[in-house]
Amino acid sequence: MYDSGKIITGLLVFVAIVSFPFVYSRGTNIVKPEPKIDTPVIQQMAVKQCVQPRAFMRAEHMQLLNDWRDSVVRDGNRVYVGFGGKQYNMSLQNTCMHCHSNKKEFCDSCHNFMSVKPYCWDCHIAPKENKS
Amino acid sequence: MKTLFPLFAVITLIVLVVAGVQYANMQFLFGVIIPYLAVATFVAGLIYRVMKWASSPVPFRIPTTCGQELSLPWIKQDKLESPSGTLGVIGRMALEVLLFRSLFRNIKLDMREGPRIAYGSDKWLWLSGLAFHWSFLIILIRHFRLFAIQLPYPIHVIESLDSFLQIGVPMLYITDVVILAAVTYLFIRRITNPLVRYISLPADYFPLFLILAVAGSGVLMRYFTKVDVVGVKQLTMGLISFRPVVPQGIGIIFYIHLFLISVLFAYFPFSKLVHMAGVFLSPTRNMANNNRMVRHVNPWDYPVHVHTYEEYENDFREKMKSVGIPVEKE
Repeated sequence: MYDSGKIITGLLVFVAIVSFPFVYSRGTNIVKPEPKIDTPVIQQMAVKQCVQPRAFMRAEHMQLLNDWRDSVVRDGNRVYVGFGGKQYNMSLQNTCMHCHSNKKEFCDSCHNFMSVKPYCWDCHIAPKENKS
Repeated sequence: MKTLFPLFAVITLIVLVVAGVQYANMQFLFGVIIPYLAVATFVAGLIYRVMKWASSPVPFRIPTTCGQELSLPWIKQDKLESPSGTLGVIGRMALEVLLFRSLFRNIKLDMREGPRIAYGSDKWLWLSGLAFHWSFLIILIRHFRLFAIQLPYPIHVIESLDSFLQIGVPMLYITDVVILAAVTYLFIRRITNPLVRYISLPADYFPLFLILAVAGSGVLMRYFTKVDVVGVKQLTMGLISFRPVVPQGIGIIFYIHLFLISVLFAYFPFSKLVHMAGVFLSPTRNMANNNRMVRHVNPWDYPVHVHTYEEYENDFREKMKSVGIPVEKE
């Protein structure tokens, strides 16, 4: 082998880069996040139903919130017709967080697991439980 | 045919994974075994290729003629194009690896009226090549999000810069658009330019189609047909911490994406894509142009037995003297 010093150094750097994620996340305890919906408001509801069915909310809640923001901020329209024709006030703090008052156990449980940082709370005021 | 064969190869791969996951229920094979094998092949194959290259001797420094080499003190040396020391070589390699300096010199030959030949600068290949490679790197780094719970801060910075435009939710990544546009341009260039088309082989089209399919399936999964992202992260975290789990109901598009990228990784060391490692071993780029300062001995020189004049004279002194040929030593 020629220039073995440089070749081996280069290969070591390559192996170090490839193995970095394995070393970084070694022994991580993988716990599937279970967002909790047992807040006082939800427990008092006769029919436990969000503005849309569960499957839709799971996949599209970010898109829904984005549409709400555009509708409220740009068109001044705060009325949302949800699942089953029921009308809701488009508001993250007053509608969403009224029922889901447990941001830490609801929003954050999945978002932290997925390492995503939505920019909702750049502008909105997070629920009080979060301030402690 | 040169285009259709690789196209059908990629389509076959997609059909294979859809059949395997959707109908034969082989989630563990496609979600765990194949990705592991692919990464192992990638690492081992790349090391094998580099070792093989390193075993071939490089006899001479190859000066390229695009810069003035170190000469007399009043002749200005082009330190980056024709470096005479290690520092200059590092500079030249950095320009090559990070900014594709040699592609920047790409020119286009043009037949004008006359007939007259004209050479014009052609930066499109350089621009799209650069855009494609950088997007691919950033996308690869962004995927670290799937392999760690607590992300290092620089990854967050890259992510937020990439989604800087804040279009839609999930936010549009600039690199997603750039990579699709650049790969599409590189493909169109191959089929519309007759000269490039003539020298293109299935081995040129296959990686293009494969990368296009990988990027396409990723874009589809992020913005259009949603998958169970929590399930995806469970699977990827299981892979990275060697405790594989296969959650149910992730969505077929994820398995297509994962299988195609696994194929790309496994194919990498045995194809032209290995230029990722090869660029560092380019003899015209990684050697200082110091031919006139340092003596370079050809490493494959055969040990020739040299018969000097002194030995010759010793052998034939008497005979030379007898016919009157002058000798150096009496």
